[in-house]
Amino acid sequence: MGAGLPLFVALPLLAGFLALLLKGVAPRATPWLSVASMLGLLGLAIDAAARGATGVTFAGGWGVRGIGGETFVVGIALVLDGFSRLFLLLVAVVGTAAAIYTLRYLAPEPGRPLYHVLFNLLVAGMNGALLAGDLFNLYVFVEVASIASYGLVAYRPGGTEVEAAFKYLVLGTLASTAILIGITVLYAATGYLNMADLAAAIARGAVPRVALLFASGLFVLGFATKTAAMPFHAWLPDAHPSAPAPISAMLSGLLIKALGVYALVRVFYVVVGIDEEVRLVLTVLGCLSMWGGVLLAQAQDDLKRLLAFSSVSQMGYVLVALALGTWLGVAAALFHAVNHALFKSALFLSSGSLERVTGTRRLSEMGGVFRRAPVTSASVVGASLSIAGVPPFNGFWSKLLILIALVSAGQYLVAVLAAGAALMTLVTFVKVQRLAVFGALPARLEGAREVPATMYLPVLALVVLCLLSGLLWPVGVDGIVGAAASAVRAPAGERPAAAAYIESIHGRPSR
Amino acid sequence: MTFYALTFALAGVGLYGLLAKKNMLKKVLGLVILDYAVNLLLVAVGYRAGRGAPILLPGDDPAAFVAASVDPLPQALVLTSIVIGLGATMLLVAMVLRLHQRYGTLDVDRMDRLKG
Repeated sequence: MGAGLPLFVALPLLAGFLALLLKGVAPRATPWLSVASMLGLLGLAIDAAARGATGVTFAGGWGVRGIGGETFVVGIALVLDGFSRLFLLLVAVVGTAAAIYTLRYLAPEPGRPLYHVLFNLLVAGMNGALLAGDLFNLYVFVEVASIASYGLVAYRPGGTEVEAAFKYLVLGTLASTAILIGITVLYAATGYLNMADLAAAIARGAVPRVALLFASGLFVLGFATKTAAMPFHAWLPDAHPSAPAPISAMLSGLLIKALGVYALVRVFYVVVGIDEEVRLVLTVLGCLSMWGGVLLAQAQDDLKRLLAFSSVSQMGYVLVALALGTWLGVAAALFHAVNHALFKSALFLSSGSLERVTGTRRLSEMGGVFRRAPVTSASVVGASLSIAGVPPFNGFWSKLLILIALVSAGQYLVAVLAAGAALMTLVTFVKVQRLAVFGALPARLEGAREVPATMYLPVLALVVLCLLSGLLWPVGVDGIVGAAASAVRAPAGERPAAAAYIESIHGRPSR
Repeated sequence: MTFYALTFALAGVGLYGLLAKKNMLKKVLGLVILDYAVNLLLVAVGYRAGRGAPILLPGDDPAAFVAASVDPLPQALVLTSIVIGLGATMLLVAMVLRLHQRYGTLDVDRMDRLKG
């Protein structure tokens, strides 16, 4: 398996470059190229998941004996553990749905091949960030994915889209700069960039506390901006709605998790160690996001802006659960991140379908769509029930788990806030359903028709996954998500998971 | 130590330009200055006073080489970081051009049609 790891990055990169070559020759083939690369990645990710949820594999990077006799890992190391396995699978599932959806969503226009170049770069950057074994490569892949996403947000070159992309780029680059300074500080203190070496050095106390706090602060600033936690969220409600619908789904469903949540957990749980101070900051950011996001979402009339603000709110849940530092907290946070990726990408794809059916993004101008577009309407209802936390959909179970994790850690105030925000989410999405799907059909929409099957089937598949992971979570999902949480935070009484990660990297033969 | 302080001061200048200026081109310049401040910081981290360029020739003693040269790793990192910075800056300048064509102004306040 180790030899296959670079494929996770190489396959989408290759597809991206091929799309560029085919631009002048066969532009109509480029959408299929994206579908093919995503199906390949889906196969690889399922294969990786089927080989067992525990264990760590490597590719690239090798041990070199230093002058003092200690072993360094040099080269670009890719590391696959239970935690990256879960996210690779998620990227492949949502990416496949988005790629198939794009087939009929984008008209054959001159810019379409370039869209697929950037789409594949985005996927390559995310997969690279999920596999990066050292901090600098994490930074590089974060930048690859981010720069691709800046371009995709400005795909429709209207004024507001470019303006949103400008704002996104400025704030995104600021976040990346903060991350790079943090990495520099850690390198200056230890001389390591490899995550395992760094973690071992930090655990030995090689980094002065001031430097560690400074670096932690920069990492929180950087990754919280990438997660769009309040008050660093300002770019998201402009950038996500400005992108084409499949890209909104990729950004809200995947990017804020791969570059935000995943990187945050990897850096703080495996490398730096999650301090009291960091946990407090993350809790405050999480509570602000939960409530601020849902209150602003509730007031929107533009469906895509509503969904974007709701992403801020849902990321708040993930952050408060992560901040607990317990195994249950991490597991609940990861479960919710996975669920959010499924239902939010389904909702964003549906927003594209609804826009196609009704010709508008304004909820007040929609209505009665279920009579004209039954499959799209059913998907909207299913995904809304998931995000609103209605049993038996997956959103209910992950929110319940987060509440249990909060209460068992004694965070009663945060638990009350989370329950309140969940209620507000329910109110918001009842409004979406009432305005968009049900109600009277405006006369203007008499001639509206359902979208083509390549657009409604991927959305329906995502909603079915929401339902399945809700029904089956005690058996199926618990295995993958639980293993992912165990890879970064061991259950009480067991050996620290980060230690296992470090040992398995240092224990590999040098050559 | 002075050098570190100066790079952070430079980063402060860039940050000020990026956040406080209303002119988009000045924002871009602020971002470039911030980028270079971080690059300088990286180089400074690898610098060892009185040592030479890190070029290992065949037959050199590794231990003597390590003792006589500066840390080469940050230099490699800076090269990568410069390329990334260049990519982001080019994209940003292209967006500024597009926005200027559309609105005929570089002032962010006079084009803002998005609401936070």
